[in-house]
This record gives sequence, C-alpha cells and structure tokens, in this order.
Amino acid sequence: MITRFLWRGMDRNLRLFVLLVLALGIALPVLNQFVPPGSALHVPSWVLQLVGKYLCYALLAVAVDLIWGYCGILSLGHGAFFALGGYCMGMYLMRQIGSRGVYGNPLLPDFMVFLNYKELPWFWYGFNHFWFAMIMVVVVPSLLALALGWFAFRSRVTGVYLSIITQAMTFALMLAFFRNDMGLGGNNGMTDFKEILGFSVQADGTRAVLYLVSALALALGLVISAAVVGSRFGKALTAVRDAESRMRFLGYRVEGYKLFVFVLSAAMAGVAGAIYVPLVGIINPSEFSPANSIEAVLWVAVGGRGTLIGPVIGAFIVNFGKTWLTGALPEVWLFALGALFIVVTLLLPKGVVGLWGQIRARSQARKARASA
Amino acid sequence: MNNRSTSALLYLSGVTVSFDGFKALNNLSLLVEPGEMRAIIGPNGAGKTTMMDVVTGKTRPDSGEVVFDGRADLTKLDEASIATLGIGRKFQKPTVFENHTVRDNLLLALAGLRKWHRLLLAQPTEAENQRLAEILSIIRMEEQQRMLGARLSHGQKQWLEIGMLLAQDPKLLLVDEPVAGMTDVETETTAQVLREINKTHSVVVVEHDMSFVRALGVKVTVLHEGSMLAEGTLDQVSADQRVVEVYLGR
Repeated sequence: MITRFLWRGMDRNLRLFVLLVLALGIALPVLNQFVPPGSALHVPSWVLQLVGKYLCYALLAVAVDLIWGYCGILSLGHGAFFALGGYCMGMYLMRQIGSRGVYGNPLLPDFMVFLNYKELPWFWYGFNHFWFAMIMVVVVPSLLALALGWFAFRSRVTGVYLSIITQAMTFALMLAFFRNDMGLGGNNGMTDFKEILGFSVQADGTRAVLYLVSALALALGLVISAAVVGSRFGKALTAVRDAESRMRFLGYRVEGYKLFVFVLSAAMAGVAGAIYVPLVGIINPSEFSPANSIEAVLWVAVGGRGTLIGPVIGAFIVNFGKTWLTGALPEVWLFALGALFIVVTLLLPKGVVGLWGQIRARSQARKARASA
Repeated sequence: MNNRSTSALLYLSGVTVSFDGFKALNNLSLLVEPGEMRAIIGPNGAGKTTMMDVVTGKTRPDSGEVVFDGRADLTKLDEASIATLGIGRKFQKPTVFENHTVRDNLLLALAGLRKWHRLLLAQPTEAENQRLAEILSIIRMEEQQRMLGARLSHGQKQWLEIGMLLAQDPKLLLVDEPVAGMTDVETETTAQVLREINKTHSVVVVEHDMSFVRALGVKVTVLHEGSMLAEGTLDQVSADQRVVEVYLGR
C-alpha cells in the first residue's frame, strides 16, 4: 500500500527526473572511485563534495517549496530546521572523536574541556549512537515545527505575520547557538570531525558514499513530496492555499493540513542539514542566519514555485552561480543575487521551469495572430 | 432555550453583534423551520451578511442564542464543525477553487472525508464517482469537468458553486445574493434551481433583487439596522408602512 501510495503521485516527468538524480548519484562516485585520476572521465573529489552540497540544498529547497508552493505559507526560517538537523549530526560526529581531541578527554569534546565543563550536559546523552542521532535529526526539527505551527496555525496567524515569526525564530536560535554556555560549541560550532560509522570523514571513499546518500535523500524527498501533493490530501492542501476560508466553510480543519505539511517539510530540511554537515566538515551558528533561509526561498522562486522539479533546478542554478561568482568576481555576487530576484519576480513568475510554458504560450499566440 | 426551538431547524434569539460600538445585529430573533425556504431582504448595512457570519461561526455574537437542529449551540463551534453539522454557505462572489478542475472542486466539497490523515491514502470510491456524475449532470457541466476553475465564465462558476453545495449536502443552505451580476434569464433559472434544491434542503436566501424574491415566492424577513422589521409574504411586507420607509420607498 505504501509503495503504491508513493508511486501514484509521480507523473512521467518527475519519474524521469528522479531517475536522473539517482543516475547522477551513482555515476559520479563511480567515475570518482574507479576511473584513474589521469583519465578525462575522472571526477575529482572536490566536484563530488560540491555537487553533494548542492544536492543537500536542493532537498532543502524541495522542503521550502512543499510548504510555500503547495500550502502558501512563506517560511523564512527553514534554514533553522536545516541547521538543527546539522547540529544533531554534528553532535554524533563530535562524540566519535573520543580521546583523539586536542585535550584527549574520552568523554567531553574539546570545547567543553576548554570551557571547564566537568560532565557531559544531559542533552548530549545518546548522541554517541548513530541510530539515536539519526532519529533526533528528524525529531528535533519536527518538534520545533510542531510547536511553532500548533500555536501559529491555531491562532490563525497567516501571511506576512507568519513569515516574520519564522524569521524571528531562526534569528533567535542563531543568537542562542552563538552563546558558549549553550553547550553546543558557541560561535565556533563543531568541526574537526574524525569518523562517521567508523570511516574517516576526510577519506575520498567516505565522501563518495556521502554524496550518494545525498542523492538518495533528494530522490526520496521528491518521491514523498510527489505522493503527498498528488493525493487527495494534496488537492485539499492547494485548496487551502488558494481559498482557506472557503475550505473552512466546507468543513475542513485547515490547521491539521498546514501542520502536517509544516512538520514534514521541517523533517526534510533536517535530513538535508544532517547530510550536509559531514560533507562540508563543519556546523556553526551562522547556518541559522536569516539570510540563509531567505536564499533558500530564492532558489524555489528561481526554479519554479509549486513544482517539484523547479526547486531542485533553482538550487543548482543559484548555488552554481554563487560558487562561480564568489570565486571569479566576489564583489559582484550580492548584486547578482539582487538582480536575479528582480528578474525572476518581473519576468519569470513561474520560475525557470515555467519558462517553457511561457515560451510555448507566446508562440501559440503568435501563430493564432498570424492565421487570423 | 424555549420549547419552540426544538422544532425549528435554525433558531436565533436576541443575537447582538457589535463592531467598535456599531451594532451590526441588534437583538435579532429568527426562526427557520425544517424544509422551509426563507428570503431575507434589507438595505445595505442591515446586518444580512453579519447574520450569515454568526450562523456559520465566522463571527461570535456578543449575546444571544443560536441553535441549530434544536441541539447544537452554534456560538460555541468553529466553522469546520458547523459545516460538518450540515450548514452550507454560498458566497456573494462565486468562490470556486481556481487551480482545481471542476471535478476536483466537487470532490473536495463532497460530504464525507475531511480529516487530513484519512485523505492521504483515500481512493475515490464507486459511490463517490456515481455521486459526482449525478451532480455534474444536474449542473450540466459534464463537458467541462476537466476544466480548471479559473477558466470558467462567471455564470459557470455560479453553477459549479451550486454543484459544490449539492455535493456538500447540507441540511440548511445559506445563499448570499445568488443572482448578483446575472442576466434575467440566469436569474430565472437560478430561482428554479433553488426551488428544486428546497425540495430536499432548507434554504435561507439573502437578496437585494426584488423580482428574484418575487419569483421565489416564499416567506420574507425584512432586516433593518440589525433587527427584524417585518415578516410575511412579499405582498404583506411591501404593504407595511415602516418597510416602505426604510427600504422599498428609496
């Protein structure tokens, strides 16, 4: 029943796209690991790391789109869920360092020894187990989304007010995580990771596997999202987006719909963050910065809001542009970002994915005029 | 609650609603019997829409009783529960779901599944498909069933909305100015449809258009400044001097 549920939501385009993501997920690590470095087909490890990062961003973009594109709730705080997932993974990785830290304390991570902690804070318990950390990666962002959504949706906070609340949430979390006495690494965050599940985090082989995992996670995220928005629930969800009070008068409790999608979206963002951290090797409070959440919304707008393929494409385009421009012309990047925002808002209301439809509609109109 | 309320489908007693001191409803009392169709008229600002808002749970009254079906206290329930009890509402402006097809619009309105977790795995059942086919034929939109709501004409949207109300199958139907912006022919057809619907449902119609109210041929309640001014057939209330002064005479 679950497989049918998952399969049913996908149309042909999306099936092809998911296959493409999976093919890239397998092909690049193979070309990295089994083709010798001198060959033209060899994919260097830094490419794998970079594309892996993009894949995590793409999953975050899909999560933002699920709540914004399909439910009309503009969350400007999804970076917080991403970062919380990342911190859960970071805590696991910190505890794997063990006595190999600078201070050689078998139990306490270096920053705790430095801050004169005598014992492990209670919320660090369990994070030495991989399975526990993985559960927390999903549970912690979900619980935060559940609590925030429960109060906000029940009090019927909507539109720009909700956006401001989510933005304030991520800002507050950033300030909190910057504090050294939070017991989470303060402004330095967590880094110098050694091992994940016994494999060296720095090793090329581990990177290749992490890359593969990020592609799998994105594919799974797309399949789950497609199943949700393709179901009858999805029809009700977009109806809530378009005419919320009408749905209430039809007898729908719209809070439940919003809450479910908000929590699902937060969980997806958390998973994306958890894969991101071992790929880049660091997590610090700047991941909570409001600008990150806003950038994620921009990826969705660029790619195409309310489509599932769009956010992935948007995340890749914008981040590729960022990588390239910040390398080649660092001072131009922020202007380019602003210009992109204006261009998309004015010319591409449906994003890059909608461009094809726009061109087709225009050529059809021209043909109609010519024949008339 | 007095004894009369148990037989009435909708019972309003002493309902008062004020917005910043302005009394939109002032000690309003109203009874609608099961199976009845009632027309409510009154000049702008008489409280017609506020009355609908109170009945559907959108607005909470400051005081007064609102009882549905002799048992449910509507002042304590939210919109969704009131809709589930069997009160449907048609808005002045046709509000269909623009990004959904005609068929999906009807499917969303169809009585039954409302809980989000049930809808995730729900498959259309044979009974539901049959009911959808019936409604599509009543509103004569079988041809357009795959068309998006946004692409319908104004008249088609009105029809679809009536179809959605049929799908919702409420015990009591509240209809807000159904013929605003309609042609004379469409107005006449709408009156016929409402009379048809009234055979199986109770209906409350709020309307400005006197020829339409005349075509309905039902008991009329005149509202003025948030209270009931007169009640009776259209001819009776038209003869009432106070009604002429506040409304018909203008």
